[in-house]
Amino acid sequence: MNAQLAAALPPTDPARALPIVRAADVHKSFGTLHVLRGVSLSVMRGEVVCIIGPSGSGKTTFLRCLNHLERIDGGRIEIDGQLVGYREGKNGKLVEDTKVNIARMRAQIGFVFQRFNLWPHMTALQNIIEAPIRVKGEPVDQVIARAEALLDRVGLRDKRNAYPGRLSGGQQQRVAIARALAMKPKLMLFDEATSALDPETVGEVLAVMKELAAEGMTMICVTHEMGFAREAGDRVVMMDEGVVVEEGTPESLFTRATQERTRQFLAKIL
Amino acid sequence: MLHQIDWQLLAERLFEPEGPFWRALVTTVGIAVAAEIAGVIIGFLAVLALRSRIWPLQIVTYLYVWVMRGTPIVVQIFFVYFGANLFLGFDLFPREVSLIGFTVSGAIVAGTVALALNEGAYMSEIVRAGIDSIDRGQLESALAVGMLKSTAMRRIILPQAARVIIPPLGNQFNYMLKTTSLLAFIGVYEMFRDAQVHYSVHFQPVEVFIAVALWYLVLTTIWGIVQVQLERRFGASEREETESWLNRFLGFGRSDGGRR
Repeated sequence: MNAQLAAALPPTDPARALPIVRAADVHKSFGTLHVLRGVSLSVMRGEVVCIIGPSGSGKTTFLRCLNHLERIDGGRIEIDGQLVGYREGKNGKLVEDTKVNIARMRAQIGFVFQRFNLWPHMTALQNIIEAPIRVKGEPVDQVIARAEALLDRVGLRDKRNAYPGRLSGGQQQRVAIARALAMKPKLMLFDEATSALDPETVGEVLAVMKELAAEGMTMICVTHEMGFAREAGDRVVMMDEGVVVEEGTPESLFTRATQERTRQFLAKIL
Repeated sequence: MLHQIDWQLLAERLFEPEGPFWRALVTTVGIAVAAEIAGVIIGFLAVLALRSRIWPLQIVTYLYVWVMRGTPIVVQIFFVYFGANLFLGFDLFPREVSLIGFTVSGAIVAGTVALALNEGAYMSEIVRAGIDSIDRGQLESALAVGMLKSTAMRRIILPQAARVIIPPLGNQFNYMLKTTSLLAFIGVYEMFRDAQVHYSVHFQPVEVFIAVALWYLVLTTIWGIVQVQLERRFGASEREETESWLNRFLGFGRSDGGRR
């Protein structure tokens, strides 16, 4: 599955062999609540990683740390060899990066929210073209053409001029995915992208995500959809109480989990 | 003895007011518009100041809002106009001020500044409430696609907050149109001052005041119609139907229905 994108890089490019995401010993607290207690995770180019675990396990927080929507308190995160949210200070200590650098880094990472967070005062098309125009300064007609192709791809060509308030949850989420893809991200993060949807619209969003995975996009998905993890995931990561409990291929994790906590969790939801 | 209305005088004050009246009406509207615009700008700046990380700026802004909302506006007008002279011995506002080719009295400028300062304090509360009403996810999704916070404010948050801000803003301007009458106190020749001058000549305050009140009603009614149009325009994407302006004037149906 990851072969396609990796193949797009020249064989001599050292980036092929390096993980695109490298998180090491990430810590995060909210006040006295220690949410992440040393999370480490590497993701290869083109890989689809699903993060599962009970609520409160820190999986959403970890995902938000990956594009610095939350600032981490310890450890380090690198994406494509670049430190996320921080830079090396003079004395070798990490200091928070400039706003411009943080924004530039985020522009390369797509983020899909549980609650879509489309901008209600803009049409579907306007939602998609906003960032490529305002952030990257791309020519308007070029961006519109790309946005229309993306709407086509998520099956919403006829909703081009619809405001989010007129779209179903599933349609809104597909527009949100198109909005993220319009920035040509090298990595897509999905934060429980189907959890806020009516059951009958979950499928259409998952279908878009599966297609994306099949095309070789690097994806990290926090999800409760075990069917999706099994079908589209290259690797499943089980988190609990702020740490990675175990990880493995979907097949091995779902059938031969080595950790008791993983087995308990899976028994409850499968 | 009950008052017998002098219908002729009332009609005269209503339909054929003397020359200075029209000048006074223009002054009233001009001051109200200028003070409201300045007040909105001050309100936005105050919100920025309150949200900045510079604590002296925050404290000064808090004090400003606290004093402006907590003291009578007549007192504020008085001190803005005469304060510098009384305490520092110079005139902050000369008798005449020339602005881009126009010459206006210092009292008008001082009065407008006072009203703007007062308005700014109220607007800061309205703007703050408007921005706070926007879901945090809106800012996050803007940041997530690589926008700077300033771009996100301008493109994502403020256009949505405007919808929340505009109805109370319209209310404020309605109020402003009438509050300008307090500037008669420092001798600004606006609509109410015009009425004052006339009743001190005729000694018939009833007719003069009824007439001027009806003129204020004309101004606020025109504004009401403009306001409905504005709200329609800014609410376009989310609510197709807006309450009729008749409803608005009768005072019911004034709701946030359909607005998020």
